[in-house]
Parts: sequence; C-alpha cells; structure tokens
Amino acid sequence: MTNYFKLIVLGLVTLLALIAANYARDLAYLVNALTVALVAAGMFLWVLRNTDEPGTSVDMSGEYMDGVVRAGVIATALWGVVGFLAGTFIAFQLAFPHLNFEWAQGYMNFGRLRPLHTSAVIFAFGGNALICTSFYVVQRTSAARLWGGNLAWFVFWGYQLVIVLAATGYLLGATQSKEYAEPEWYVDLWLTVVWLAYLAVFLGTIVKRKEPHIYVANWFYLSFIITVAMLHVVNNLSIPVSIFGSKSVQVFSGVQDAMTQWWYGHNAVGFFLTAGFLGMMYYFVPKQAERPVYSYKLSIIHFWALIFIYIWAGPHHLHYTALPDWASTLGMVFSIVLWMPSWGGMINGLMTLSGAWDKLRTDPIIRMMVISVGFYGMSTFEGPMMSIRAVNSLSHYTDWTIGHVHSGALGWNGMITFGALYFLVPKLWNRERLYSLSMVSWHFWLATIGIILYAASMWVTGIMEGLMWREVDANGFLVNSFADTVAAKFPMYVVRGLGGVLYITGAIIMCYNLYMTVRRSPAVESSHSTVPAA
Amino acid sequence: METYSLLREFADSWMLLFLFVFFIGVVIWVFRPGASKTYENPANIPFRHEDKPAGDDEADAKEA
Repeated sequence: MTNYFKLIVLGLVTLLALIAANYARDLAYLVNALTVALVAAGMFLWVLRNTDEPGTSVDMSGEYMDGVVRAGVIATALWGVVGFLAGTFIAFQLAFPHLNFEWAQGYMNFGRLRPLHTSAVIFAFGGNALICTSFYVVQRTSAARLWGGNLAWFVFWGYQLVIVLAATGYLLGATQSKEYAEPEWYVDLWLTVVWLAYLAVFLGTIVKRKEPHIYVANWFYLSFIITVAMLHVVNNLSIPVSIFGSKSVQVFSGVQDAMTQWWYGHNAVGFFLTAGFLGMMYYFVPKQAERPVYSYKLSIIHFWALIFIYIWAGPHHLHYTALPDWASTLGMVFSIVLWMPSWGGMINGLMTLSGAWDKLRTDPIIRMMVISVGFYGMSTFEGPMMSIRAVNSLSHYTDWTIGHVHSGALGWNGMITFGALYFLVPKLWNRERLYSLSMVSWHFWLATIGIILYAASMWVTGIMEGLMWREVDANGFLVNSFADTVAAKFPMYVVRGLGGVLYITGAIIMCYNLYMTVRRSPAVESSHSTVPAA
Repeated sequence: METYSLLREFADSWMLLFLFVFFIGVVIWVFRPGASKTYENPANIPFRHEDKPAGDDEADAKEA
C-alpha cells in the first residue's frame, strides 16, 4: 500500500521537476531540475517493478544494518579520489595558468573548480565518512539495529543527490558565494530534509539502545549532527529571486551577513571536521589499539569544553573588518582557549596507545590513526596562533591559511578516515584481513610526505607573501606589486601540486587495496562451516 | 528596551553565568568520588556487541 503512495509522490516530483526545467531561467537550474526529474523517474520505475511482488519480509532485528554502511564506505573512497583529483588539478592551475583552458572558460577555470574541490573533500568525502562511520559506531555502541528501517538508505542516497546537484550547480555558475555554503536555495532545502532524517535515524537508534550509557563517540556525532543542522539553516536564510531560477538573495546583509557566514564557517570546521571526526577517533583508535580510551573522564571534559568554546571562535575570520573590535577579540580569546580541549583530546587519543606503542611498528593502520591525531594537535595549535590579531595581520589572505586548512583536512580528517576505512572494510565484507598491509604502508608514507610538502610550501609562500605585501621603502611606498608576489610564489606552487600528486596516489592505492580485500581476501570462516574456503 | 539590547544584556549576564556554572558543574561531576570505577564500564562499550545487537533478555543484565 505504501508503494502506491510512493508512486504518486515520485510521479508528481518527476512532473514538477520537468515543469521547472521547462521554465528554467538559468542553465544550472535547468540541469539540476533535469537531474531531479531523472532520479525521480528512475525511482518511480524501480518502485513500480517492486509493487505487488510477493513480499519476503525477513526479521532483521537480530542483525546490524550494514548495507548502508558498506555503500557509505564505497562512496567515501570514490568521492575522496574525485575531491583530491580536483584539488590537485586546481593546484596546478595556480602554478600554470594555461590549465585554465580557453575552451572551458566559465566552466572549468579555477573559480568554478575551487568550490567543487572544497565541497567534494569536505562534504562528499568527509560527509560520507561521517555518515557511514556514525551509522556503524552508533549501532555497535548502542547494541541496537539502526532505527527507521530504510530511512538510513534515504539519508545515504539523499545526501549523494545533494552532492551531485551542488557540484553540477557550481560548474554552471549557481553559487550564493558563501564559502563552504555555496549551494543555492533548493539544494539547501533538500539538504535540510536529508539532515533531519539523518538526525532522526541517529537519535532513534540512541533512544532504543540496549547499553545503559551513551558512549562518548555518540555524543560527538550527535553534537555534530545537531549543530550542523542549526548552522546550515541560519546561514542559508535566503529568498529566491524566482522559484524557477537558482539565484537567491541573502536575508542578512553587510557585517551581519559576514558574521553569520563565519559563525557558520568556523563551526563547520569545529563541528563537521572536528566533533564528528573526534567521534571516529573515540571509537576506531580504541578498537584498532584493542584497549579502551586512555581516560574516559578526560573524554567527557573534552566534549563539553569543545561544545562550549568552539561556537564562539568564528569572529577571528574577520579581524580588521567592519566587525566591532569587541567581537573579533571575543573570537580570538575563545580560539586561544580552544588549545586546552583540543590538546586534551589529542593526548587522550595518543595515550590510548600507552602500553601498546609496539603496534606502531607492526600495524600501519594504527600508525595512520596516530599521525592523524598528531596532525589534529598540530593544526589546533596553529589555528589559535593564527587567530591572534597580530599574527593574523601577517597571515590573513595569504597561502598560510590554505596550508593550515590542509594540514587539518589532509592530515587529521583524511588520515583518520583512511584508518577507519581500513578498519571497516574487512569487518563489513566479512574478510579475515586486508589484502595487503605493505600497500597500507605505501599509502601512509605517500600521504604523509604529500602533506609535509603541501604544508611546508604553503608556510614558506604564505609568510613570504605576507611580508612582501607589507614591505615599504624609506619613503613609505609599497615595494612590491601584487604580481611580484605571484611570480615569487611559483616554485612553492609546484611543490604544493606535487604534494597533492603524492596524496592522491596514496588514495588510489587505498582504493585498489580495499577493492582487492573484498575480491580476494579469504572470508572469515564461520564456526560451523566444514567446507574449506575455496 | 529594544530587543537587541535586552538580548545582549541577558547574554552577557545570566546566560554567561549559566553556561559557565554548567561547565564547571560538569567538570566537578566527572571527578566525583567513585567516578573512575563507574566509567570503566562505558569505556569498554566498543568491545561488546561487535557482530549483532543485544537481545531483549541481555539488556537488563547490563545494568551495572
């Protein structure tokens, strides 16, 4: 019976999307409407073919829902490669402007590809990693199957649709020009629906948990889901110019808009890229080290300190702007206070290995997790330092910022995700072990050297350009033109691009390794099996 | 009083106090006597129920 209802809804969505495509006022809207129509029509056929078929309802309540986690693992790995590829390409575009091809002007130049890269790595790679690991972790630590049945699948596919709509929109020029919040109004609305469904699945599973205590990883995941919902809705308050066009106008304007944007922007870092990934750390590091977290008390304090402090740090993005001084000072002070919980968390993660440090030599996966926590510590040291107004006057608008972001994203988020994927794939596909540990080692070293090349070159070029911009001669005239700084940065830009090449090579090796794990690695023998594995 | 001033005054007085006291309360609560023993059980949650959810009968036994 519900299938008939689904058919009506899907049919209506297809029809409305086609009408919208017909009236479309711009190319991005047209392509997005056609995408929606295609997806809805495809699902219509799929539901139709399954309607009135003899149902095979099996009671699955005695098992975890791992299908959606498997899909999420695949999506994470694939989107990761796409995002790294886009990043490496735009890095070379900056070094060699000829790569902004004449024939692709307006579609594949740096300005269009840059949001594609940032969204692909943060929201497609990072977001899928967070969704699939949170589904895995919340089930294991609640001892309960995911709540809401196929709602988890809706979250997964709905999120992929957000990514596809946003990415095609960027290339065709639909953007609201807010960093990390570029998608236009209809994509924002759809993401809100998907995100609330995600919250419902996660919270529903926690509510029906069999463990009396909510494990600390779930606290971090839950705070990430709730806060992102709040940030997303407030920062994307806008009024569409036309219901048949992608352009919208922000409700806030001027400095209020800027403050809202960086309240969003910095908490996207704080809750999406930090709290969510800390949830990963608090589950996967103990699992891989085979010992409980160093101090559970510290993890609780870590959580509450992070929640209370991070939310205030945003104004440090707006030093020396129209923002009142008191506000940017507030942001700066809270950023510096953040040192404490960040390093508390890092120590908690690293000390989980106390008594098992020998694993660093033998287990490349734990090595990956440890270096990731190390990079967490490093970039949460660097960030507060850069938020100090005097330092910021040198670092702001330079490549130092980009280097900082990448030591956090490639080092902390990337490495912990790789570690989690290496942990998850054998478990999810019921394999004894990974296909090749030496490939993991290769991945580890390629990625690490790639990050070091990236971060080091950006420090050099960032500080150099900051100093060149402010250099004045005896008469008080600026010494360097902007083009001088661009020319001086060329060698470092090449080094940065090479760092990206190493990093993506490592990621491709990982994909091959994970694929071969599923295809070739021996399955775990079930205890009652008498037939040897072929 | 206009809304902005009212909210601003509330935010930097009572709300600030509430958040601060709540946080200090959490820290004190975490270090209450006997906490180490209590937290041993939750710290080991990741090492249970790896393969399948807990059955209904199991749930009561877990209460510690």
